[in-house]
Amino acid sequence: MAIKLIVFLPMLAAIVAGLGGRWIGNFAAKLITTGALFVGMALSWPIFIGFFTGGYEGWVEPVMLWIASGDLTVEWGLRVDTLTAVMLVVVTTVSALVHLYSWGYMAEDPGQPRFFAYLSLFTFAMLMLVTADNLVQMFFGWEGVGLASYLLIGFWYHKPSANAAALKAFVVNRVGDFGFSLGIFATFLVFGTVSIPAILEAAPGMAGSTIGFAGMRVDTMTLICILLFIGAMGKSAQLGLHTWLPDAMEGPTPVSALIHAATMVTAGVFMVCRLSPMFEVSATALALVTFVGAATAFFAATIGTAQNDIKRVIAYSTCSQLGYMFFAAGVGAYGAAMFHLFTHAFFKALLFLGAGSVIHAMHHEQDMRFYGGLRKQIPFTFWMMLIGTLAITGVGIYGVFGFAGFYSKDAILEAAWASGTVYGGVAFWLGAIAALLTSFYSWRLMFLTFWGKPRWASSEHVQHALHGEPDRPDEEHGDSAHDTGMPPEGSGGYHPHESPPTMLVPLGVLAFGSVVAGFVFSHFFLDSAGFWNGSIAFDDHLAHAMHEVPFLVKLSATIAMLIGLAVAWNNYIRRPEAASAFVAYFPGIHRFVLNKWYFDELYDYIFVRPSMWFGRLFWKGGDEGTIDRFGPHGAAYAVGVGNRLTARLQSGYLYSYALVMLLGLIAAASWVIWWSQ
Amino acid sequence: MITLTHYLTVAAILFVLGVLGIFLNRRNVILMLMAIELILLAVNINLVAFSAFLGDLAGQVMAMFVLTVAAAEAAIGLAILVIFFRRRGSIAVDDVNRMRG
Repeated sequence: MAIKLIVFLPMLAAIVAGLGGRWIGNFAAKLITTGALFVGMALSWPIFIGFFTGGYEGWVEPVMLWIASGDLTVEWGLRVDTLTAVMLVVVTTVSALVHLYSWGYMAEDPGQPRFFAYLSLFTFAMLMLVTADNLVQMFFGWEGVGLASYLLIGFWYHKPSANAAALKAFVVNRVGDFGFSLGIFATFLVFGTVSIPAILEAAPGMAGSTIGFAGMRVDTMTLICILLFIGAMGKSAQLGLHTWLPDAMEGPTPVSALIHAATMVTAGVFMVCRLSPMFEVSATALALVTFVGAATAFFAATIGTAQNDIKRVIAYSTCSQLGYMFFAAGVGAYGAAMFHLFTHAFFKALLFLGAGSVIHAMHHEQDMRFYGGLRKQIPFTFWMMLIGTLAITGVGIYGVFGFAGFYSKDAILEAAWASGTVYGGVAFWLGAIAALLTSFYSWRLMFLTFWGKPRWASSEHVQHALHGEPDRPDEEHGDSAHDTGMPPEGSGGYHPHESPPTMLVPLGVLAFGSVVAGFVFSHFFLDSAGFWNGSIAFDDHLAHAMHEVPFLVKLSATIAMLIGLAVAWNNYIRRPEAASAFVAYFPGIHRFVLNKWYFDELYDYIFVRPSMWFGRLFWKGGDEGTIDRFGPHGAAYAVGVGNRLTARLQSGYLYSYALVMLLGLIAAASWVIWWSQ
Repeated sequence: MITLTHYLTVAAILFVLGVLGIFLNRRNVILMLMAIELILLAVNINLVAFSAFLGDLAGQVMAMFVLTVAAAEAAIGLAILVIFFRRRGSIAVDDVNRMRG
């Protein structure tokens, strides 16, 4: 019963706030949605603790028979097991806190009921996804979160860049979803069912069988797993399908925290873990998962080092951390992947909400070059961001205590090393370098934002604030992203203000999670097959091997973290000119990284322009030139010409009408006479 | 001996005259009404001739009806003509083209 309340309360709240928001008003809409989420959170934690203490076995709570058509039977049931319980607490907790945070962040927005309805709708879809008992239900949730993500990225719909970003997110996700749906079809074709437990049970028996695909014979399980993984790549913004995630930062910051950091983008990782017994059958698919994950972790981290927009840095950081989760899953350490998902949800949501607080304080200025010295102006936000940074960079002392990221990231690197495969080795090194870069860009963010002298005098947003003009986030401002120089120092008389309590409380809660989540839960997530209780493929051998890795491997993340910190400190605190000196010395590298490895340009060239060209061809040539021309327009033209011809007969003279009448009469009479003979 | 054919021939000549009177007359609507009368009378000759030929009185009864209707038609036609002349000041056929499409 509790699980039904958890899942369906957000849906009801979304309907009430979304359709009735105009009548019940802002306050009631916010109260209903936020209340529903806090109830959900309060109900989720007992379930999680039940699994945590070993009191619960998994169960399925049936809702109804959804589809029954021929061989296809889809039972709509809410599945609750350890894996779901982990996701439940992550989703409901972060969502509830983000709802609360939005009270402050969106206080001046005219569309608040709509915003909260979307947030709750998203939460409902996400909960459907994580409680899915069959692939069709998972696909429903999968598309539902995609829809909510689209709506929320484009929330400020009068801002063209937000619309473009929303559309981009939707279209790029279609590519992944196409793979996912093909994977579901193939699964049904091979197993004759879409029920997840049935599939997982039958999967090992399919090892070695082949299936015809695109004119080739390929390994069945490899094909299915890769197709499903393509879906995960789209949703989780992995290398190749990642381009939508940074652009999604056009949405309001609470949305970025909830959807594009803590929950939705981790759906891909969740799916791979949920179907882990299936992936275990195909070594090829796992190798691909490992490679893509490791490549993304490294690639996104490099980009994060050069971005100037505070949200974009965190967005690439998210992308990179998702890569970690995937390669952990790829080497078979699903527990470590889920653990990193769990801890990442806390510290990344914390960082995003902290960034939102900074943006709020800075009157919607998002460019870090216009920050500086905020430590003293907004101390609470500073301390919370500091905790988030310590957590993401993985600060800790081995064997004593560490922040959340310390345990999960270490575990992933250890697992990659311990797996002993070539891919695992590649993943370890890429992951270790990515850890260094993570530390660098995270501290760079901190140093640029909170240390140094104020530099916001020349910010256009701050100028608006000083002159008492309303400055809304949906206004367009000149973007000087390619100008690498720092703006001059000075505060211009503007004093950033600390955010209201509704925004600071969620920060505090998430900070608490970022501090203790790793320390408290690491043993259960990483070492305990009993904790997972069969909900993921748990490899005892790997779990042991992870403890046997060389000491240097255990320390690798910490070493990388320290190097990154030192470089960032040197470049942005000790000798602030060092960064621009580096840029001047290696302009090529900087430009390459600043422009995100030219992925957008590449896709524009390969996909966007040809499709525009085709679109124009079909529009101008096909639609207007052929169908319209010979269809509606042609018919209208023919009628017009015919009209002019027949109108000429209407002379208006009586005698000509009489003549026509007579001729007709004669013709008719002749015809009758002729025929009668 | 005057046979049926003679009657029919006269009727046909009168009919054609009437028709031509409608088409070729461009000047006067009254002439047009008279031409219509002529056509009707030609038909009447046919009716009476066939009636006598077949020994059936129905044809002659029909002719009486046609005469009656023709009289009524002429009256209505002239009434319309009078009103038309009052409005347009002309009864020339070429001026009557207000129905032009």
